[in-house]
Amino acid sequence: MSDVRTARTGGAPVAQHEALLQVDGLTVDLPGTRGDVRVVDGVSFDVPAGTTVGLIGESGSGKTMTANAIIGLLPDGARTGGRLLWRGEDLLHADGARRRKARGHEISMIFQDPLAALNPTQRIGRQVGEILRRDGVGRAEVRRRVVELLDRAGVPDPAERANRYPHEFSGGLRQRAMIALALAGSPSLLLADEPTTALDVTVQARILTLLQTIQQDEGLSVLLVSHDLRVVANVASEVVVMYAGRVAERGPAPVVLRRPAHPYTKALVRSVPAVRTKTALADPLPGAPATPANRPAGCPFHPRCPIARDRCRTEVPAVREVAPGRAAACHFAEEVLAP
Amino acid sequence: MIRVVLRRLLIGVFVMWGAASLIFVIVRVAPGDPATVMLGPDADPEQIARLHETLGLDRPMFAQYLSFLGDAVRLDFGDSHRLGRPAMEAVFDRLPATIELTLAATAIAVVVGLTLGLVAGGRPGGVVDRVVSAATIALQSFPTFWVGIMLILVFALGLRLLPSAGVGTPQHMVLPAITLALPFTAIVARLTRSSVAESMREPYVQTARSKGLTEPQVLLGHALRNSLIPVVTVVGLQMGALMGGAVIVENVFAWPGLGSLVVDAVANRDYAVVQAVTLLIAGIVMVLNLVADLLYTQLDPRIRMEGAS
Repeated sequence: MSDVRTARTGGAPVAQHEALLQVDGLTVDLPGTRGDVRVVDGVSFDVPAGTTVGLIGESGSGKTMTANAIIGLLPDGARTGGRLLWRGEDLLHADGARRRKARGHEISMIFQDPLAALNPTQRIGRQVGEILRRDGVGRAEVRRRVVELLDRAGVPDPAERANRYPHEFSGGLRQRAMIALALAGSPSLLLADEPTTALDVTVQARILTLLQTIQQDEGLSVLLVSHDLRVVANVASEVVVMYAGRVAERGPAPVVLRRPAHPYTKALVRSVPAVRTKTALADPLPGAPATPANRPAGCPFHPRCPIARDRCRTEVPAVREVAPGRAAACHFAEEVLAP
Repeated sequence: MIRVVLRRLLIGVFVMWGAASLIFVIVRVAPGDPATVMLGPDADPEQIARLHETLGLDRPMFAQYLSFLGDAVRLDFGDSHRLGRPAMEAVFDRLPATIELTLAATAIAVVVGLTLGLVAGGRPGGVVDRVVSAATIALQSFPTFWVGIMLILVFALGLRLLPSAGVGTPQHMVLPAITLALPFTAIVARLTRSSVAESMREPYVQTARSKGLTEPQVLLGHALRNSLIPVVTVVGLQMGALMGGAVIVENVFAWPGLGSLVVDAVANRDYAVVQAVTLLIAGIVMVLNLVADLLYTQLDPRIRMEGAS
């Protein structure tokens, strides 16, 4: 990571007009068997234009629900609050037609399991080109653009492969097809929900590289949702760490991951087996993650936190600025930050 | 594809043999004797024995079985002792009416059932879903003959809109076709509903939504075809059952099809006709299943591949 970039992104707070998307106090309540459960609780972060933001958390941290809320594909019965400012326009409270128009054309999404996310009964080309067809683009032009999109996504022999079905593709190719599909509507923001989790390790790196290349070439913004710190560390310039439906910490990826301000981030970083260092053994994170359904009082992380004190058990820590351009939800962030 | 068809046809030969053997045994195990029925209860044993000889019923069971099989291969089931002409001829006379009725009922069931199932499954738990679910359970529970009689009471006798029985005009077909179609419609609707509801939970439906499609576009463009796969199989199987259901409906509405023929034949121990009808229906069911399976492979490219390799 270059220090210049670290200094620049870390130095100045992100100005409002720079943000393509501002997630502002987002809440998502899902109906549960014992009443509604607040799976996303007051989440705020910005996605600046032309950057990759990593959204990290364990399963149940609300990261996927946050992404689903952004694109407007929450399960039936979900209730939302807060604001989703898309170029200043609140999409969360926009009508259905406006939200639908944004999907695919302004915000698109790629999913964890590309085999399940592709329609098994339709040819790849048809699925990739559907959004263009619906936009009234002519057949020949759709065909040409589909081949171009598949080619961009690194699908070899795209003209022939466009006529194939998803089950005839390998896992990596399916995800490439999915990326082509997501790019078809020329979106400005790409939500990538665990895009490499279902893939072989060797393929993962190539897909991430592809995402990075496309992000840079097209000037796209990418919100990369992952439980895998290494994935995020490699491609994201900004990172948002979520725990039990809330933001634990956010800031420029290199500094946050090198010097976390939240004990949870610190524990996450430690739990990753470091390949290059001599100490190959990682410290696993003790305890089970808190879920939004049984969120502990006070700081949700306190039962697993090595520095938890009485205050942590009673008082919910607010997300506050702990260093320029960095925010964390920990009463003792300064202590964590101290060398 | 051709290999699949050939293999299925080969299996079909054995299925037909099994069906033929089964019906041969059932007809003979069932109480009642054709000679006694034909000659009446007062016939003396000598007369009965003579008729047995004429009908070949005095021969050993196994010999009867072999000649039955041999004749069956040539589609010759012998003469109907009641109608005094070849059984197969009588069956083929009645077959078109039954096929007509069955096809009409299938068309109603598929069109109405698919539509209801699609709308209900598109929004599980919605108003349409709850109404359709309740209605289909009710429809499946009512016995066909009762539904037929109720329809006659309301539409023929009460409102005088439609003829109650017989054939002649297209209107004559309406009530019997609806009666036959109702339980079938319920099956198609319920199956389509659950199949669509399941498809709508698939990740590729989320993908379709992420393209900014409207719910009807998602439903028709993505969920429908995948949902049809189980429906096609069941429609194929159910059409066979429908021909069985036609027996009752035809009798309620005096529809001159196989149903009324076979009921008459069973009552009179007319072995030739019973055997001819049964094997014919078995053959039709087999062909329908084959068609359903081939259609199935057309709907699901994953299966198409396996069949080809």
